[in-house]
Amino acid sequence: MSVISDVLALPNDSRKKTYIVAFVLCLICSVAVSSAAVLLKPVQDKNKQLDKQQNIVAIAGLAQEGVSVNEAFKQVEAKVIDLQTGEYVDNIDPKTFDARAAAVDPKQNVVLTKEQDIASIKRRAKYATVYLVKDGQGQLQKIILPVSGYGLWSTLHGFLALQADANTIVGLGFYEHAETPGLGGEIDNPNWKAQWVGKKLFDEQGQIAIRVTKAAVPDSDPRAVYEVDALSGATLTSNGVNNLVHFWVGPDGFGPYLQKLRQGGGA
Amino acid sequence: MTTETRKVLLGPLFDNNPITLQILGICSALAVTSSMNTALLMSLSLTLVVAFSNMFISTVRNHIPSSIRIIVQMTIIASLVIVVDQILRAYAFDTSKRLSVFVGLIITNCIVMGRAEAFAMQNPPGISFLDGIGNGLGYSLILMSVAFIRELFGSGSLFGLQIIPLLKDGGWYVPNGLLLLPPSAFFLIGILIWILRTKKPEQREAAEFRIHEPAKGEYH
Repeated sequence: MSVISDVLALPNDSRKKTYIVAFVLCLICSVAVSSAAVLLKPVQDKNKQLDKQQNIVAIAGLAQEGVSVNEAFKQVEAKVIDLQTGEYVDNIDPKTFDARAAAVDPKQNVVLTKEQDIASIKRRAKYATVYLVKDGQGQLQKIILPVSGYGLWSTLHGFLALQADANTIVGLGFYEHAETPGLGGEIDNPNWKAQWVGKKLFDEQGQIAIRVTKAAVPDSDPRAVYEVDALSGATLTSNGVNNLVHFWVGPDGFGPYLQKLRQGGGA
Repeated sequence: MTTETRKVLLGPLFDNNPITLQILGICSALAVTSSMNTALLMSLSLTLVVAFSNMFISTVRNHIPSSIRIIVQMTIIASLVIVVDQILRAYAFDTSKRLSVFVGLIITNCIVMGRAEAFAMQNPPGISFLDGIGNGLGYSLILMSVAFIRELFGSGSLFGLQIIPLLKDGGWYVPNGLLLLPPSAFFLIGILIWILRTKKPEQREAAEFRIHEPAKGEYH
């Protein structure tokens, strides 16, 4: 105890006391901060999980008044696919597979070359979880694909929901991003998200045609079905969304899988 | 309650309000007041942070070397804010998502720093804690009043409950979209300051200069 009272007795402006006060303060504060982070992690993860399910349900248009998220999520079947071949992989449990953890694990990821990496994500997991919505007869109705890519400040993580034709968009939404509120953050705006509904990814030749553009054509134009009006004041975020959609429906993303679905061999 | 405690605790509500008199903490007041829910959560978070940062800073006030005074204060404030942010993410996930960066920005909220420097550095922990609560309440009062008007007339609801039926849902009220945008909070806070200074003329500041009055015949 005498050590403590010795230190406290030092003049405040002595160099020794300055160092000791700074060190002790940092130690106490870092213990407080890290214990809060560690102790609350399980609850936060549960919230994130629920939030993810809620997003899938909302983007796929399964949300109903009075039905809980857990209940609505029961219609959704998660499956793991091999991105390169587009085949389902049955020996990986979708419940435990974490594509975001796999993307940074050298054993489970693919490093993308500059040409491939239009979404600026540097590497992606070999496998991905897709979510399938089927009707009572087991007929495939909707496919929900996880997508991610860099916007202006942050990596955007979200879902793209498609009709069973693997071409018509049911919805696009992001559950995690850190874009500027009010500008890039408007990717969460329901009005902007509503624009994506009913748009088509591929043109008749099977080329990717969807794009986010500053000069969207009027609705009467035949090309309108491939164009989404960009967010004003958020060019880089809009470009990011455009690039990540291109990447994930392209040959290095879900392209092979979508091709299989379109040819009817899929689910 | 002694007169001093009363003054420390209730003074910041009207007589010495951090927002309307000292014009501190305006940025968050603009950003989080479009609904009562976010405003309430922000008020609670800020009140807790000011109170505890005041208390901790006051506890160590006699041993803070003056050369690192501000850093010590900032470290204590920042740690408290991170802890509050973590708790919100665990137990009020949806609202904390809407508050986004603004909880983190409490660190730079001038009220917290201002009270630490102006009060906690000179006073014992107990009364500093009360001073923090008082200033937090003063901030909350303005935030909640602004949020009340913005949410009621901007979305026709309070705490998310529909009070006035909207035209688009078959009611009669067309919501005022301006109230959902940040500038409307400026107008409302301005009006609040106006009302408060009319009721309490001692809060009016002396004019710093006089506008030159034109002599006769100078108008064209």
